[in-house]
Amino acid sequence: MSGNGSLEALRRSGRIVIVGASLAGLRAAETLRDEGFTGSLTLIGDEPHEPYDRPPLSKQVLLGKATADRTALPRRRELDAEWRLGVAATGLDMTARRVRLGDGDEVPYDRLLITTGVRARPWPHPLEAELDGVFVLRTRQDAIALNRRLTAAPHRVLVIGAGFTGSEIASACRELGLEVTVAERGPAPLVGALGGVVGQVAAELHRAHGVDLRCGVMVTGLEGDSAGRLRRAHLSDGTALDVDVAVVSLGATRNTEWLAGSGLGAGPRGIACDAGCRAFDVRGIVTDDVFVAGDVARSPHPLFNYQFLSLEHWGNAVSQAETAAHNMINASADRRPHLWIPAFWSSQFGVNIKSVGVPSLGEEILIAQGSLAEGRFTGVYGYQGRVIAAVTFDQTKWLEHYQRLIETAAPFPPPWTTVDRRAEGLRPVPADFPDPSLPTHGPTVTLSGYSPTDRRITFTPARA
Amino acid sequence: MTQGSLLRKITDYANRADPYPVYAELRKTPVLHDEAGPYIVSTYWEIHGLLHDPRISSDARNLNPQAAETLADEEDPALPPAFLRLDPPEHDRLRRLAMTPFGPPHTPRRIHAMRGELTRIIGELIDGFADRDRIDLVDHFSYPFPVTVICRLLGVPREDEPRFHHWAETLAAGLDPDPDEDAAERRRVTQRARSELGLYLAELIEERRRAPGDDMLSALAAGHGPEGQMTQAELLSTAALLLVAGHETTVNLITNGMLTLLRNPDVLTQLRTRPHLAVPLVEELLRFEPPVQLLPQRTPLADIDIAGVTIPKGASVWLVLASGNRDPQRFLEPDRFDPQRRDNQHLGFGSGIHSCFGAPLARLEAQLALTALARRLDNPRLLEDPPEYRRNAVLRGPRHLPLAFDGLREPGD
Ligand SMILES: Cc1cc2nc3c(=O)[nH]c(=O)nc-3n(C[C@H](O)[C@H](O)[C@H](O)COP(=O)(O)OP(=O)(O)OC[C@H]3O[C@@H](n4cnc5c(N)ncnc54)[C@H](O)[C@@H]3O)c2cc1C
Repeated sequence: MSGNGSLEALRRSGRIVIVGASLAGLRAAETLRDEGFTGSLTLIGDEPHEPYDRPPLSKQVLLGKATADRTALPRRRELDAEWRLGVAATGLDMTARRVRLGDGDEVPYDRLLITTGVRARPWPHPLEAELDGVFVLRTRQDAIALNRRLTAAPHRVLVIGAGFTGSEIASACRELGLEVTVAERGPAPLVGALGGVVGQVAAELHRAHGVDLRCGVMVTGLEGDSAGRLRRAHLSDGTALDVDVAVVSLGATRNTEWLAGSGLGAGPRGIACDAGCRAFDVRGIVTDDVFVAGDVARSPHPLFNYQFLSLEHWGNAVSQAETAAHNMINASADRRPHLWIPAFWSSQFGVNIKSVGVPSLGEEILIAQGSLAEGRFTGVYGYQGRVIAAVTFDQTKWLEHYQRLIETAAPFPPPWTTVDRRAEGLRPVPADFPDPSLPTHGPTVTLSGYSPTDRRITFTPARA
Repeated sequence: MTQGSLLRKITDYANRADPYPVYAELRKTPVLHDEAGPYIVSTYWEIHGLLHDPRISSDARNLNPQAAETLADEEDPALPPAFLRLDPPEHDRLRRLAMTPFGPPHTPRRIHAMRGELTRIIGELIDGFADRDRIDLVDHFSYPFPVTVICRLLGVPREDEPRFHHWAETLAAGLDPDPDEDAAERRRVTQRARSELGLYLAELIEERRRAPGDDMLSALAAGHGPEGQMTQAELLSTAALLLVAGHETTVNLITNGMLTLLRNPDVLTQLRTRPHLAVPLVEELLRFEPPVQLLPQRTPLADIDIAGVTIPKGASVWLVLASGNRDPQRFLEPDRFDPQRRDNQHLGFGSGIHSCFGAPLARLEAQLALTALARRLDNPRLLEDPPEYRRNAVLRGPRHLPLAFDGLREPGD
């Protein structure tokens, strides 16, 4: 069969299955239709809801400014798809090209897209995790439950882990007027993602807003009463804390277990794929009919030494989904690489934080504009003499410029003058990332070596 | 064609009615320069990049002396540069202070809350056409509407309009980098208008301090924001900026808008029955016929390499927004007016830290005004096409827009 003829048949009447009906899944489905795919389209999602948006869950929803059921993702177009919601995919037969479902059904495909994302890493002690008052925040259900508990005026909330999500939760608690303690095993909030220099600014933000921030400590145990309600938390510094709510924010685990034994190169680090979003199998050979996108994917990036990056970023999920969808129905010469420059935003304590590039690769940081002390600044990260990332606190509008510096491998430190350059911005200082062999809870960008099927590198979850 | 003659073509009044062929010519050289003149940037990505480039200053004090000579502005201790002409951190602080009584996060609903009042003002102005069958849209609508609004918003007496109208027009004209004019003379005239406007505003602010209202001047003068207060001089400059900017831009947006609608009668008809179209329509107008055609006031703090040219530190840079908006490298069929256009990240309000402060108000004014005009004028038609334009090449728009119509429909029809 001629390649073009079969591609034409695929576009016209092929079967495309998407597993994971969230942001990446929806955007991919829309792109497929936009690009003229008229065959059958099936979306499989284990959550009972149509695709919804997660970033508001730790922001507006916790504050009660939006209800969780109002976070549905806007539809860009009609989809004409079959939705299999509330049922998980439980297995994949790559030879027969079938996806097995939890209800016993099997769905055949010509092209498969996997967008199963990640889930919140649970509290590692199962019995303690069961206590009434212990929460994680990943899904709409989580947000509804946590919001309900927060509005019932708890005595004190404990946030375990001060990454982006944990910090946003702490911020929401303070805005609601709740007492909140944040326990972070690293030296400052956000250090895993942004390093210690910026982490100090984050720490001041927490404290200025009345958070009881405790760094360099771990939560060693959660204790309940006879009715199974959370009452107390024990910390590694020997102290105990009376709390009735604990939110576990220790990063995420990739949803790949359902692929065990399928022969796909899927593991706890995600699913490795090439720059065109085609998944690798366990032999390190690229497949041609299985694609991946979003939080579950790990793909090589030429600007970052072809390292396999897995990114838990909204914008990345959208862009990668669009690329995957395009490539699924196009001939190899027309395929596009996923060359997204990592970009992330967060809002906490009234500050708008944005980053581009991969800050955690940075060795040094230069405060190119503004000032750390004023809490409004642009920090530029350098790696081996070039600009590798930038972060802004309330200075978003400059970020594009720094993105271009990353894209063009501009020298670090940037040699030229800028507006608002202060004395502290005259020379770079060490960016002060924690030793990567000592993981904090969840840097949002994780780098995981070169070989797609290499599982020797384990980035052990923080055992708090 | 030599570069000098292209520069002249931008400012040449003969091209005012349709500057777009000149811009198309310009875009062949994304960064155009000849000896003494400014560096003229005309392509979308280059303009966009420079608007976000922290090596670019808006502060005239960073111009080299030769480039500064052609500027109309003068140092004036009574009225120092407003935030439009400052760099961070001063710019950021003043803009934030001005934003406190104007928009989010402190006053998020101010503009939205004006909806009813805007609709009422528009209704009254249109009702005023009842016994006529022709009007000059500029004199009878596009000018009085935004002026009434900005007066109301700032707390400036509407009756004083004849006084500050003159100053505003003079200051706006001072922005126009017409090389044919006598720079020294213009500088003198602009300077006088600035001082007179400053005196007028000082008095007004004093009154607002004594008897505060719910207007922006009262709020700015009281300065209850989290970041303290503006100095008296900063207050005057900010007030002058808001008053002048609120004056000379929306007028053109509405007039250009109606002109474009009358040239595209099918769109006018659609707008009559589908008021939701107003939102993307106004965005397309801001792309297609932006009221601010170019920004003549930028200068690099360091040598900047862009599109194969090095723009030296201290040079004068013009960013031709209206040309970027028609760049085929960025927009599909850029010369087509398409009110349903997707992916319409135009430069009509600039971009970056100086992006138009009044954009939310201007958008709403234009949306409501054009929808009301489309609904209520029965069979409107242009009496002159192209109409007579103002001199200004920067703030471009018709001086008059004579229209005829068969009558008025009731607001509810
Ligand atoms: C609280 C919170 C705040 C965030 N804030 C920000 C932010 O401010 N900025 C930012 O850039 N990003 C933020 N993110 C990250 C962003 O939401 C994610 O990057 C994005 O949701 C990724 O989309 P995805 O489709 O790849 O994965 P997901 O949204 O995780 O979707 C995967 C879907 O697949 C389903 N699934 C899993 N396994 C199976 C299976 N076997 N069968 C069927 N379905 C399955 C899951 O239940 C889920 O619905 C935030 C995330 C959270 C949780």
